[in-house]
Amino acid sequence: MSQRKIRVLIAKPGLDGHDRGAKVIARTLRDAGMEVIYTGLRQTPEMIVEAALQEDVDVIGLSILSGAHMALAPRIIELLHEHDLDDVKVIIGGIIPDSDIEPLKEIGISGVFGPGSSTEKIVEFINEVVTV
Amino acid sequence: MTSSVQSLVEQMLTGSRRALARLISHIENEAPEATEALALLYARTGQAVTIGVTGAPGTGKSCLVTELARFYRQQEKTVGIVAVDPTSPFTGGAVLGDRFRMRDLAGDSGVFIRSMATRGQLGGLARTTFDAMRVLDAAGFDYVIVETVGAGQNEVEIAKVADTTILVEAPGMGDDIQAIKAGILEIADVIAVNKADRPGVQNTVRALKAMLELGHRKRAVSHHGQMMMQDDGGGTIVDDFWMVPVVQTIATQSEGIADLAQAITDHQSYLHESGTQVERDRVRLKNELMQRLQSALLSDLLQKTSAETLNGVLEQLVVRELDPASAVQKLVSV
Repeated sequence: MSQRKIRVLIAKPGLDGHDRGAKVIARTLRDAGMEVIYTGLRQTPEMIVEAALQEDVDVIGLSILSGAHMALAPRIIELLHEHDLDDVKVIIGGIIPDSDIEPLKEIGISGVFGPGSSTEKIVEFINEVVTV
Repeated sequence: MTSSVQSLVEQMLTGSRRALARLISHIENEAPEATEALALLYARTGQAVTIGVTGAPGTGKSCLVTELARFYRQQEKTVGIVAVDPTSPFTGGAVLGDRFRMRDLAGDSGVFIRSMATRGQLGGLARTTFDAMRVLDAAGFDYVIVETVGAGQNEVEIAKVADTTILVEAPGMGDDIQAIKAGILEIADVIAVNKADRPGVQNTVRALKAMLELGHRKRAVSHHGQMMMQDDGGGTIVDDFWMVPVVQTIATQSEGIADLAQAITDHQSYLHESGTQVERDRVRLKNELMQRLQSALLSDLLQKTSAETLNGVLEQLVVRELDPASAVQKLVSV
C-alpha cells in the first residue's frame, strides 16, 4: 500500500505582491499529481526553510519578481544547509536576468525558469531531479 | 532499516523537528518504516489533548486553528497541527493551502504544522491522519489540533480520532431545517459560530441551540440560569451530561477565542470526570483493532488461497452456479 508522492513547497520570498505565477505553478504541479504546499506572499527565507523542514518536501519552488533573487536565494541555500536539508532541490521562477542564471546554479539552485518557460518543462524537470 | 528507524525515533524524542517530519512522511507513505516507528512510539501516546476542527469550506477553520494555537502558546503550551486538504480524484495531486493561513505561527519553535492530502480517503481525513497525530502526541506536544478538509454533511471521521470535535459554522449558511439533519452536527462537542460580526448571527445561534436542546434524549431546558433535565419524574439537575455549547468567534479579530478555549477545557473535564474519555479510547482502539484484523486476515487468506481457486469460484459466480455468500463460506472453510 506504500504510496510516495512528490511534495513541493511553493513560496514567494521578498516583498513583491505578484502571486499569479506562483498560483499557476501550484495548480500545474497539482495536475501533474504532486502535493503542493502553497505558502503565499511575503515569506522570509527562515519561514520558507522551516516550512520545507516541517512538510518534508522534495522541492522548493521560489517565485521572485522583485529582482532580489541574488540576495534571497543564497540565504535560503545557506539555511537549508544549516538544517541538514541539502537534499531538497530549489527551483526559481520569475524575472531572472540571463546573466544571473549561472551564478544561481553555482550556489546550488537546481533550475531557473524565466518568463515564457513552459509548465510541461517544469513538471518534467521536477520528475527528473526527484528520485521517488 | 531497523536501526535507521530507531535512530529517527530517538532523534525525534530529543527534539529533532526534521526527524519528526521524516517519520510523518513514512506514515503518510504507509512505508514499512511506519509500522516499526509506531510500535516504538505507541506507549508514549495518549498524553496530548486532541482537538478536531471541522466545518464547511470558508467558515474560517484555518484562522480559528491559528488563533487557538496562539492562545495555547501564550499559556506556554506546545501545539502540533495536522491540516488536511483534498487530493484530486483525477490526477492524485493536491494543493495544500491551510499553512498559507497559519502564517502568524511561523518561526515559533513550540508549533509544528504538517499539511496532509487525503490521498483518496473519504470522510474528511487521510487514512494515516490518526497515526500522524500519534507521532505528534508521542513527540510531546501538549495539544494536537487536526483541521479536516472543508466538510459537507457527512465528513464525520474526525469524531473518531479527536477527543474534542469543534464544528465551525458561519452565519447565513442554512436555515433551521439544516440544523435538524443528521450528520456533521451530531458529532460536534463544541460549536463555534465564526464570523460573528456578520449579519444573521443571532438567527444561526438560535437555530443551532434549538436543535441541540431537541437532540438530547431527555429534554434539557434553561431554568433560572441552570441547565435542568426534564424527565418523567419532573425536573432534575443532572451533572453528567454534556450540553454542546455554542460559542461566537471572530477569528480574524481574535475575538471569542478565550471562550472557545474554555469550552474545550470544559469538555475535557467532562470527558475525564464522566469516564467518557476512557470509554471513547476503548471504542476507538477496538475499531482500529477490528480494522487491522480484517485486513490482516484478508491478506492471510489471499496468501493461502491460490489464484486458480479464486478464479474458479469467481467463474461459478459468473455462471450463477454459486451465490456470493456461499462462495465466501467455501473460500473461508478451505
